Amino acid sequence: MEKVLMKGNEALAESAMRAGCRFFFGYPITPQTELAAYMSKKMPKIGGTYLQAESEVAAINMVYGASAAGARVMTSSSSPGISLKGEGISYMAGADLPGVIINVQRGGPGLGGIQPSQSDYFQATKATGHGDFQVVVYAPSTVQEMADIVYEAFDVADKYRTPVMILADGMLGQMMEPVVLPEPKSPEDLPEKPWACVGHKGARAHNVVNSLYLTAEALEDLNVERYKRYDQIIATEQRAETYLTEDADIVLVAFGASARVARSAVNSARAEGIKAGLVRPITLWPFPVEAMEQTIATAKEYLVVEMNMGQMVEDVRLCVEGRRPVEFFGRCGGVIPTPAEVLEQIRAINEKLTDSAKKGE
Amino acid sequence: MSESEAKVVFQRPHALLPVVTNYCPGCTHGIVHRLVAESLDELGVEGTTVGVAPVGCSVTSYDFFGCDMIEAAHGRAPAVATAVKRVHPDNVVFAYQGDGDLASIGMAETVHAATRGENLTIIFINNAIYGMTGGQMAPTSLPNQVTQTSPYGRDVTTAGYPIRVCELLSSLDGVAYLERVTVDSPKNIRKAKKAIKRAFQNQIDKKGYSLVEVVSTCPTNWGMTPQESFEWMRENMLPYYPLGVYKDVEADGFANAAEAAAARAAACPIASKKGE
Repeated sequence: MEKVLMKGNEALAESAMRAGCRFFFGYPITPQTELAAYMSKKMPKIGGTYLQAESEVAAINMVYGASAAGARVMTSSSSPGISLKGEGISYMAGADLPGVIINVQRGGPGLGGIQPSQSDYFQATKATGHGDFQVVVYAPSTVQEMADIVYEAFDVADKYRTPVMILADGMLGQMMEPVVLPEPKSPEDLPEKPWACVGHKGARAHNVVNSLYLTAEALEDLNVERYKRYDQIIATEQRAETYLTEDADIVLVAFGASARVARSAVNSARAEGIKAGLVRPITLWPFPVEAMEQTIATAKEYLVVEMNMGQMVEDVRLCVEGRRPVEFFGRCGGVIPTPAEVLEQIRAINEKLTDSAKKGE
Repeated sequence: MSESEAKVVFQRPHALLPVVTNYCPGCTHGIVHRLVAESLDELGVEGTTVGVAPVGCSVTSYDFFGCDMIEAAHGRAPAVATAVKRVHPDNVVFAYQGDGDLASIGMAETVHAATRGENLTIIFINNAIYGMTGGQMAPTSLPNQVTQTSPYGRDVTTAGYPIRVCELLSSLDGVAYLERVTVDSPKNIRKAKKAIKRAFQNQIDKKGYSLVEVVSTCPTNWGMTPQESFEWMRENMLPYYPLGVYKDVEADGFANAAEAAAARAAACPIASKKGE
């Protein structure tokens, strides 16, 4: 397999096209710039559409339209832009429309900064927009994983008829790594979408793509039906990587860019004889509760490392259910934690555990 | 044919489903829906048409039109329609929008779909009020017009002036055709029909963006009978929103909007550069 050196943002774009995506709608924002630029260069050459929308709001509604028309479609943005897309994402969820949304996160709130961040975890996993709904959220941590996940994301979106978000960040988007790209798929070979609005040709009743249900009971029924689909996603789509957790006393939990830092810290801790391990959620929703549960037997304490003020830590606490202490270490605003800083946290926890073990003797 | 044999001379257009609408008595949506459906029938395109419904009184028009229908978020119909047309360039795609949807919350989408020259047909109902939400001031409410949210009359010193949509869009290069019509009389209905059909034909002929503005009424929220509403409309709205053609690149001697735009930019070297 041929390896190519690519930026994360470019790998996302290239792999999306290889997944059969021929429609991209976006609006300029740092630090996802290379993604849209790559799309604008390549899409016209393969018979696809790159359209720079007048706004983030228009871009996501174009995604809604292209999806309703049966196409594989994607948009990308960064944190402030994703807030604007919240409306369209909610409508897509309400109309059961598939689509892929990339968030190359930057620091917030407000205009925030343009340095990497993970502070949109809550937004992505709890409330991307108004109403009862979820989107599937992936958190890649290498350029290779970005390519692999976006390729798969379109299938997951189509299978469950749901928007899928890929939560990257400025660090992953901008860094270059060697990557093996997936095999290109032709849009013609993708599964049919009998619900799509393509014109009924006089051969069937008209299709309607809609999220309005004025009868309370009808809307409730639909939400209940959608949550049954979510149950299926929770049962089958959880993904996580575990690293040195089999005998770990101290289990770190980190995703995306901060998982790279946490992994280095775990290696350093192991070199010092501290039994540390790492759970790296690859799906943030559904949260990998099963992978978490497997660590509870050996874990004495958890340490959640994030590039925010503490967001995923709440889901970790929900998994641990008070059975073990859960500590948090985070940097935010665009500051990336260093392995040395994380190692300090691990050492402190280790000391505490050793002390209490002595006291217990 | 024997003289006693019945002959159908008037019937429901096929593209209009045999269902009861939710429109108020005297509302003009029914007439305009019919004109849209007749146009789709006559052009033989119902089976290849995708309509986009707005948010507003015609939000549920997806239940009334027989073609495939997509319900858009408030104001976003032109963005949704743009994407549908890009995915299926040979389909007919139209958006049906009211004044709040098209000229207030969706103004950016309206202007940019027009300036991109999207091959779309936009049917714009201007009745100077938000009907669905119970009669608030619209971007096209007239100066001194009393609404729920301009209870002392629209004060232009604080609420600003109404927007004349056809005039505003007429400066944009992507636009092929703009006409303002009304449906208060058989004569005007026939004119409106001609304009709406033309706006669809333009799309089939790939001429560029076409919009037909229908100056309409809202008896319920204006607090008038349908007859009084038409009277008030003729007296107050038509002088502010004069009927007529606001842009027609064909009448100006061009094959389409792109040709007209090129002629207008002839003196600009970069704009006149031929594509590869």
